[in-house]
Amino acid sequence: MRRCEDAVLRVHELTKVFDGIVAVDRVSFSISRGEIVGLLGANGAGKTTTLHLILGLIRPTSGRIEIFGRDIERHRIEILRRMNFSSVGVNLPPNLTVWENLWLFAQLYGVSRAQERIAEVLELLEIAHLRDARTGRLSSGEMTRVNLCKALLNDPELLLLDEPTASLDPNIADKVRRLLRQIQRERRIAMLYTSHNMRDIEEVCDRILFLHQGRIIAEGSPREILEHFRTRTLEEVFIRIARSGEILVSQRER
Amino acid sequence: MNLRRVGILVLRYAFVYRRSVIRLVEVWFWPTMELLLWGYVTLFLQRVGEGAVPRLVTFLIGAMILWDVLYRAQQGITLSFLEDVWVRNLLNIFCAPVRLSEYIAATFLFGLVRVGVTLISLAALAWGLYHFDLFEMGFALIPFMVNLLILGLALGVITTAIILRFGQAAEALAWAVPFLLQPFAAVFYPVSVLPPSLQVIARAIPCTYVFEGMREVLRTGTFRWDHFGWALGLNALYLGLGLWLLVRMFDLARERGLLGRLTMQ
Ligand SMILES: Nc1ncnc2c1ncn2[C@@H]1O[C@H](COP(=O)(O)OP(=O)(O)OP(=O)(O)O)[C@@H](O)[C@H]1O
Ligand SMILES: [Mg+2]
Repeated sequence: MRRCEDAVLRVHELTKVFDGIVAVDRVSFSISRGEIVGLLGANGAGKTTTLHLILGLIRPTSGRIEIFGRDIERHRIEILRRMNFSSVGVNLPPNLTVWENLWLFAQLYGVSRAQERIAEVLELLEIAHLRDARTGRLSSGEMTRVNLCKALLNDPELLLLDEPTASLDPNIADKVRRLLRQIQRERRIAMLYTSHNMRDIEEVCDRILFLHQGRIIAEGSPREILEHFRTRTLEEVFIRIARSGEILVSQRER
Repeated sequence: MNLRRVGILVLRYAFVYRRSVIRLVEVWFWPTMELLLWGYVTLFLQRVGEGAVPRLVTFLIGAMILWDVLYRAQQGITLSFLEDVWVRNLLNIFCAPVRLSEYIAATFLFGLVRVGVTLISLAALAWGLYHFDLFEMGFALIPFMVNLLILGLALGVITTAIILRFGQAAEALAWAVPFLLQPFAAVFYPVSVLPPSLQVIARAIPCTYVFEGMREVLRTGTFRWDHFGWALGLNALYLGLGLWLLVRMFDLARERGLLGRLTMQ
């Protein structure tokens, strides 16, 4: 069992019920500094809901969320300054330029030396040439990268990514995966990552949580999961779990 | 509340407006067209009535301009919120370290700026075209404005709360809510025209006192402080209720996951 002293995020028995639908069901896990955790599961498994709960955008029905050792309900603003979020479904005002959008968010997050930081993240995601383009004119892959820039602006200690590579071409997706790995090494960011792309998960994540109907039913490193299910690809595991809800709690003591 | 963040949010709206023809149309085009329409209707009525109603120009054009202050203040708040919904930016804002109070304060401030711009343009135009001098009301103009702005803000907050609760299906309310009041608020005619039952409603609407007061000031030059007090009291009540409702709905939105729904639907 992972030691929790350096846990950035700790989720305990988290449950969310919407109108009788249990979207998240007694989920417990933690993420340490410098660890990338993948949240996997079929459509409607509860991934986005879990991320929104962690961001304090949704209030849990029961359970506790602690980030940087503090309760999200009570210290939301302080905590949000030190984390960030990017999602496919979320955009930036289309009639502002990439630079203007990033500058405004840099200010909201209280980023010091904003200009330099923006130049840095644009360089990092290889979109420095789009600096003065209006975000409304960007292709969806370019937009995704701008969103990632926004998510990196405040040098977050915890990064939540909801399908960050969903609209990227294979080349850029590969670059983004490398980039996330690089950031993780250099800055020891903790990340919680959802994706339907198994390649993403295999390459990027140190640990995987499989969600099925709101419950974590398998947990472990990509390798452990493959060994347990005796398959060669996570895709097969995914399909098996999605269809049968087969349970594995390999790395959890219980 | 962090004022710096409020300032940045206001600046954000300014950035959006600077680039958007549609938004500028909201600020100038509609008010100008309305003024032209009412201005010429007034001139016509004056000609056929041969002065039967004294100071018709001032009554109608003054009423139209003051109504616009109220309407634009409400729109300033609601449209700022809807803007964030439309461009799917709402989640980005609320997962940044931004408090609801800061967000509301920013929409308030930007709403005021918008109203200021519209008001000055209308006043200049009315003076140029119809020799209507808005400032003839003198000092009274200030308390009138205060009451109209507060009611505009209150209506803006209430509309926003409803849209937050019912989603984009309720979007049309952004434009409808102020006009629910208009027939009863004695904007273009005195309260005495209304049947007694409706007069009761009229007296519960703060801006009724402003429009009655405006006519009074223009006709007799007297400013009714008691009416001002009533309007201010009612306004405080409605603004308080509006803010309470918005906070409740934001709470409910967190309970039901409506922020995500609103952004991604
Ligand atoms: N605001 C809401 N109100 C009611 N039900 C909701 C709400 N949000 C999510 N749900 C329900 O909760 C469940 C989990 O949804 P969620 O969006 O978290 O799934 P997901 O794992 O992110 O799926 P996807 O892969 O399609 O993005 C679904 O059954 C969904 O219908
Ligand atoms: Mg999702």
